[in-house]
Amino acid sequence: MEIYIALKVLWWLLLGVLLMGLAIMVGMDMGVGTILRYVGRTDGERRVALNIIGPHWDGNQVWFILGGGAIFAAWPVIYATAFSGLYVVMLLLLWTMIIRPVGFEYRSKMVSPAWRNAWDWGLFVSGFVPMLIFGAAVGNALQGFPYHFEWNMASVYSGSFISLFNPFAILAGLLSVSMSIYMGAAMIMNRSEGSLFERSRKLLTLFGPLALVLFTVGGIWVANMQGYTLSGANPGADSNPLDPRVAVEVSSGAWLANFRAAPVLWLLPLVTYLTVILGTLAGRAGKSHFAWWMGALAWIGILGTVGAAMFPFMMPSSTSPAQSLSVWNASSSEHTLVWMTVWTVVFVPAILAYTSWAFWVMRGKVRTEQIESDDHAY
Amino acid sequence: MIVPSETVVELSRWQFAATALYHFLFVPLTLGLSFILAAMETVYVTTGKAIYKEMTQFWGKLFAINFALGVATGLTMEFEFGTNWSFYSHYVGDIFGAPLAIEGLMAFFMESTFVGLMLFGWDRLSKAGHLAVTFLVALGSNLSALWILVANGFMQDPVGASFNPVSQRMELVSFFDLLFSHDAQSKFVHTSIAGYVTGAMFVVTISAWYLSKGRHVDIARRSLRMGALFGVFSVIGVITLGDALGFVAGSAQPTKLAAMEGMWETEPAPAPLKVIAFPSDAQQRNLGPTLEIPGLAGILITHSLDKELPGIKELEQRAAERIKNGIPGMLALQRYRQNPDDQAALATLREHEEDLGYAMLLMRYAPDLSQATPAQIEQAARDAIPPVWLTFWSFRLMIGLAFLMLIYMIAMATYSLSKQCVAQQFLLRISIWLLPVPFLACELGWLTAELGRQPWTVYEKLPTWISASTHSEGYMYFSLIGFTLIYLVFIIIEMFLMVKFIRQGPGEHGQRPVTGGGGGIQPMLSRPVMRPEE
Repeated sequence: MEIYIALKVLWWLLLGVLLMGLAIMVGMDMGVGTILRYVGRTDGERRVALNIIGPHWDGNQVWFILGGGAIFAAWPVIYATAFSGLYVVMLLLLWTMIIRPVGFEYRSKMVSPAWRNAWDWGLFVSGFVPMLIFGAAVGNALQGFPYHFEWNMASVYSGSFISLFNPFAILAGLLSVSMSIYMGAAMIMNRSEGSLFERSRKLLTLFGPLALVLFTVGGIWVANMQGYTLSGANPGADSNPLDPRVAVEVSSGAWLANFRAAPVLWLLPLVTYLTVILGTLAGRAGKSHFAWWMGALAWIGILGTVGAAMFPFMMPSSTSPAQSLSVWNASSSEHTLVWMTVWTVVFVPAILAYTSWAFWVMRGKVRTEQIESDDHAY
Repeated sequence: MIVPSETVVELSRWQFAATALYHFLFVPLTLGLSFILAAMETVYVTTGKAIYKEMTQFWGKLFAINFALGVATGLTMEFEFGTNWSFYSHYVGDIFGAPLAIEGLMAFFMESTFVGLMLFGWDRLSKAGHLAVTFLVALGSNLSALWILVANGFMQDPVGASFNPVSQRMELVSFFDLLFSHDAQSKFVHTSIAGYVTGAMFVVTISAWYLSKGRHVDIARRSLRMGALFGVFSVIGVITLGDALGFVAGSAQPTKLAAMEGMWETEPAPAPLKVIAFPSDAQQRNLGPTLEIPGLAGILITHSLDKELPGIKELEQRAAERIKNGIPGMLALQRYRQNPDDQAALATLREHEEDLGYAMLLMRYAPDLSQATPAQIEQAARDAIPPVWLTFWSFRLMIGLAFLMLIYMIAMATYSLSKQCVAQQFLLRISIWLLPVPFLACELGWLTAELGRQPWTVYEKLPTWISASTHSEGYMYFSLIGFTLIYLVFIIIEMFLMVKFIRQGPGEHGQRPVTGGGGGIQPMLSRPVMRPEE
């Protein structure tokens, strides 16, 4: 029993790690897509920007794929409920995301400016929209989704598509977009020179502080919004969101309960403030590598803050709060979690090692001459 | 209980089939071509001959165009179980999700990280380092095939799992049974080798086209020889392992097998093989003349002379029995869900647990099982049989195409080794028309496997009709139209680029004079887009 509880918490943490990997790595690539048309004024500059992430975007995107796979494997009922309930949003996310691989690979295969311009718009859309949706999804999760389960655990979603774009969700979406622009700008600075570097620096020093403002407003909002409190759950039991013994109370300010109970959690938002301030200052001074790492830590602070506020909730139900999906009632079986842990322990260190190696191999500035002499360049 | 409407289930099936078949246009080529690239580069590294580097880079460019769409459309597959098959995702996610996540951990990360280095790292890595990277891409793509087929294997033959009434879903009890499921393992080998055949056909037919035009002769001849030798062994492998797969299906999925063979009646062992027949699903018999080879089906499928193969009508009767056995189980489950302390209900449920899936087949016609009539049971039992005509002919056509490729590959291997072939000009000229054949064969293989699995998403455990999400029809039309438009645009662009770069051929690399930065578009406009025909 105790092992199962530990596994559930471990997989909640691992999901957090995956979401952080997604936010940092995919967010960076999407940020580059979002600002591509602004920082790159000529085709040559845009190609430099694209080739900076060219060797890495595909590997980075696996953080997203693995995020989906891990939710499916470790939290199947959340995968089933969220993906079907948010059908139209998921399709928008998917349709904008699938432009990306094709856009990277096909954009520079033709010389026509109209062709390239069209793909540049495509890359903008496939960078901006998914980041907005990711952020908005977290914003909505804090407010709860309107769903319930039938006796056989078929999920029924009763909300509309438009209601997902409420003010708080948009605020969270913009925070996520701002952070992705910050990270994308830092990455471009890492590997470029001249006007590309300068324009990216300008964006970084603008969007870092903007992210902090949005984070602050969002934090005040969360402190006052309707939060959820769980009672009667049996953490070691088999997952059953229809357990009649569970009660969930909805009250304003409840999302701060964990912080009140464990003040050490305040370190998470504090980390966000410190890292964004330091990172912005470093970026302004042209020290983009340091700024990039600060941005990565800031993402950990932001997502950590949300996780700390919501724990143990993962996907609260606004219409049937007692059926809210939490760490205790939404996980896979113990056997599955054990096996998933084994594979994760073996492969995540390997992934981190070879990803770092790939970045190391491709280190250094990307130059226009290289691109034009390389047949495989984007 | 809210269930998806018939139309929504149908539309969800169409959408899944269309997006999966579309995705599966790109996957087999990735699987096969990655190994051919690794082989070409191995020759380059061991012999030091620059032409093999040029070969690797040329086929690598086509690989990248194909790979991009494979990645893009793979994202759809990752989403679609949740978006459109939410009850399925809940009911078997505990088992099915694990191989998908492990696929990401073990295979996708490897394949995707190293493909970047493979395409961008030619000048940054040592020769041996780059070769290692190319091999890791090939290994990664093949490992991803392993895990996705482990997941698919569970849908075909759900081993290693049991039903948990508390969480109201199937749960994993043996990871080893899941991983080493006979269906998963034989299908993994069959499918990845089908990918090698696709890769080989791609290289051989395009090389033959160059040779027929007298263009890029050096590269084309070498590519053709490597492709043809790889191809001969692969086609033989794919046919042999197809037989192994039939053997596995024979024991695990009798309904699929009966549909594949158009066997309406149980015939005395060993059953004859119907080479050509015209099955009618409505009349439950084969119309018109049937071309049969006595005894062959029994021998091929059971690998014996005395084991009987059940016909469709007998399987329907068995299904009716299992439906009847499932009814008390499902009613007990409903009582247990109402009252978790009802031990009597739990005991009844355990007794009939094996046939809960069959009870769900009946719930389509009798939502309240306690009121089910014999007519409804008969109707549900009829559902237990997959579409015979489609399964039978998908299977026949796939095999026909495999043998066509076998003959072609043997001819091309002979030609490339001896440079003597009776009809060599003819062979070279028809080659390019055979390029679609492996792709078609792969699609037909998918159809045989997945149509033959119907009416189940998880064989005998979960019916397709109840697996779908409860969307409105409007949502389904919206997504179908969206996918159709986007995928149509993508395939047009992909084909256009493929044709452009195939026509252009190898030999355009790195020979452009270095132009200064800044301008960008202008210097590149001076670049010749297409090589004049020789």
